[in-house]
Amino acid sequence: MADPATRLWEVFIRARNGLAHRHAGSVHAADPEMALQAARDVYTRRGEGLSIWVVPSDAIVASDPRDKESLFEPAGSKIYRHPTFYEVPDEVGNM
Amino acid sequence: MTTTSITLSETPRVQTYLALADDALVLGHRTSEWTGHAPLLEEELALANIALDLIGQARMLYQAAGDLTGHSEDELAYLRDPPAFRNALIMELPNGDFAFTIARLFLVSVASDQKWRRGFDDPALTAVAEKAMKETAYHVRHAAEWLIRLGDATEESHRRAQDAIDALWPFTGEMTEIREPWLHAVAPILHRATLRQPNDGWMQSGGRAGRHSEHLGHLLAEMQVLPRTYPGATW
Repeated sequence: MADPATRLWEVFIRARNGLAHRHAGSVHAADPEMALQAARDVYTRRGEGLSIWVVPSDAIVASDPRDKESLFEPAGSKIYRHPTFYEVPDEVGNM
Repeated sequence: MTTTSITLSETPRVQTYLALADDALVLGHRTSEWTGHAPLLEEELALANIALDLIGQARMLYQAAGDLTGHSEDELAYLRDPPAFRNALIMELPNGDFAFTIARLFLVSVASDQKWRRGFDDPALTAVAEKAMKETAYHVRHAAEWLIRLGDATEESHRRAQDAIDALWPFTGEMTEIREPWLHAVAPILHRATLRQPNDGWMQSGGRAGRHSEHLGHLLAEMQVLPRTYPGATW
């Protein structure tokens, strides 16, 4: 039951050093500090986080689902872009 | 298991532990009453988190008191009557509106924060303080940011926040062992919130000696009814 004046924010959490921030969800809050606190309270209750980013949801530029064919299907026929054509020497072990 | 109230022989050290534990339990219980009623889902979780922090602090302190008295933490929480509770009166006041809840959380948390940071020459309390000071620092931050926004927003939110500060002020004398640093920490937040700081006048007290308002009896009745009705009940 958010007030219309309460903005929506996207929350990104970094779980460990060396990992990237991952999208966790969204929160309602009036301003950046309260959004950060809301993200902490909603998404890091079980020790999930070392770092939080919050971004106003309306600052996200999203692709249009109707552009799916032109944006993404051309990559489907270019299997040579996958690094699956290399012989991995045994000495390398698991990659 | 028994449902009859326990009586304690309270050494000064036991009284110190119980005052800290009862402060945390009673305010934790009050804060938990917002569950299901908070104005936003986000704030619902924030208040529930804070309530759980406080109840966790109370548990550690009751365990420490239990080592001295031979009573379990559950017995200390559930089998004492209001006059045996040592919490400051401010903890037991009903939640009122959201502004009152936030104003109290702010005034109390600043005092708690300073208390944990001052340190103790007691290993049990030092262990509690080490954990509690991190939790309490966040309670201060959360309540202060809300108070600034309530005080400095609409005419109605300002009025409610000012009413809350005015009503709570006479209850703050009992919980601040050292007044000056507390006033020093509270003043700039009130200023940013455009709230008027009341003058220190006559202060309510009696909670530490077990002389409570009628509100504590109702709170304990709700909190204690299950363990007193079904002794030894488990999940």
